[in-house]
Amino acid sequence: MTQDAATRWRPRIRRRNAIGRGFALLTIVSTLLGIAVLIALLIDVFGDGGAQVDGHFLTNYPSRFPEDAGLRSALLGTLWMLVLTAIIAFPLGVGAAVYLEEYAPNNWLTRFIQLNIANLAGVPSVVYGLLGLGLFVRWFALGRSLIAGAMTMALLILPLIIVASREAIRAVPDSQREASYALGATRWQTVFRTVLPAAGGGILTGTILALARAIGETAPLITIGALTFIAFDPTGPMDLFTVLPIQIFNWVSLPQREFHDLAAGGIVILLIVLLLANSIALFVRFRLQRRFD
Amino acid sequence: MEANPTGTRKPDVAASPSANDAAQANGPAKPDVLVTEDLKFWYGKMRALSGISLKIPQHEVMAIIGPSGCGKSTYLRCLNRMNDLIASARVEGRVIFDGEDIYARNVDPVQMRRRIGMVFQKPNPFPKSIYDNVAYGPKVNGYRGSMDDLVEHSLRQAALWDEVKDDLKKSGLELSGGQQQRLCIARALAVEPDVILMDEPCSALDPIATTRIEDLIRELRENYTIVIVTHNMQQAARVSDRTAFFMVDEQSSGTLVEVDETQRLFTAPSDQRTEDYITGRFG
Repeated sequence: MTQDAATRWRPRIRRRNAIGRGFALLTIVSTLLGIAVLIALLIDVFGDGGAQVDGHFLTNYPSRFPEDAGLRSALLGTLWMLVLTAIIAFPLGVGAAVYLEEYAPNNWLTRFIQLNIANLAGVPSVVYGLLGLGLFVRWFALGRSLIAGAMTMALLILPLIIVASREAIRAVPDSQREASYALGATRWQTVFRTVLPAAGGGILTGTILALARAIGETAPLITIGALTFIAFDPTGPMDLFTVLPIQIFNWVSLPQREFHDLAAGGIVILLIVLLLANSIALFVRFRLQRRFD
Repeated sequence: MEANPTGTRKPDVAASPSANDAAQANGPAKPDVLVTEDLKFWYGKMRALSGISLKIPQHEVMAIIGPSGCGKSTYLRCLNRMNDLIASARVEGRVIFDGEDIYARNVDPVQMRRRIGMVFQKPNPFPKSIYDNVAYGPKVNGYRGSMDDLVEHSLRQAALWDEVKDDLKKSGLELSGGQQQRLCIARALAVEPDVILMDEPCSALDPIATTRIEDLIRELRENYTIVIVTHNMQQAARVSDRTAFFMVDEQSSGTLVEVDETQRLFTAPSDQRTEDYITGRFG
């Protein structure tokens, strides 16, 4: 029997361990490669654009003289866009997610809607631009205003918010809902006092990441006709506007080298806004998870 | 089914053939708080309960024992309509509470659940402070009195007050498993229910925490009617006044074999299957 065991088993421990180490190495290389590209990009952008970023750059309007040009109107436009899009998209997205997870009957229609929302998340952004142009700019006669742009962006990120919120809501264990119902809570009390607070971290993180995606988008806003040259501050939702990515795109497309440096400076500002949004998302997730675990 | 005029009638008048008639003939009859009449239950097409008729007397502990899959938890969850949350669930028969069928069209399950509380198998405190866990039920039910007093009273009843009184702002999830389960009991008590349903409340706890919960159950019997599902026969023997033994029938549907005073059921069961089970011959 002992002799049999030696022939029936071939553990090949060294070989299995070697494969394991090789695989671990592969994953490390993939990680480092991604980070290296990102760092190279950051160094390149900051090298070109870092020098551009000063007080004037932030407070001046765009100009045909590179030394005077700034992105004040574009930065303000992006901030307006961020706030308006959040106001529109957040309640709609969370509302739809709550309905789908907590209220909708589990039938083919619900599943059909869920599948299509997931599909919408993959539709190219320029398509949303065309929809915004036809629906908000022309039919609703909102013109090329901030609000038309924000509504278009809200449509674009709505699927992302719905999907992220649904995931977060589904991650709340049923035992929490049962605990609430067993105390005589109604469905909406259970949703508002138990499910949403427990899912809050995931919902907010998903929303902020979706918003970060929105402020980096150019195509839908170009499609609805956002201007590239704005020499005044947007002061209300009905104002004409431009945003950082459009301003950057505009500068890059000009022939003079000075404008390319300005574009790099614009990218620096855009990256800072994006990183800020992402760190807020991380912070929110950290805070809320600490509270709920 | 006999007619059920709403309101005035005493619940124990809703008589139906039941295995515990004999048992009740002996002791001084306590009014029945919960009576199920021919209760049947389906998950989709699968029948999980085949006509359970059982009377649960006031201020007693009723233990429900039986092998896995015999429908004892399903039965318990029918008593406060927790199974409503399962889309494919279907119920037939009646559950009479306070003279009314809780499955009647005019009964609001939300209102009924306040009076029939539940403690679950795994402690499930909310990810909120100890105070807010206990105050949750009173808040959703529009409690107007002093919340501080109610929270303290509930925690005292659940024998948890002395351990947490200086730390009410601490998250309920930071407590030990046994403390969490007592917090869940305090939470259930805070809405001042008549009945507390306990679904294997000690199965996730260590022996010391289990003993504390068992002591607590015996104390709570003074003021509450308790129905406890347990897979642990010793526990049923220790804490309950009356025990119901469930088994699966030929269609693998849960059925009530026998219900009797706990001492009698464990010493002189009238059904051979009960004897086989409690002597460990199966299950």
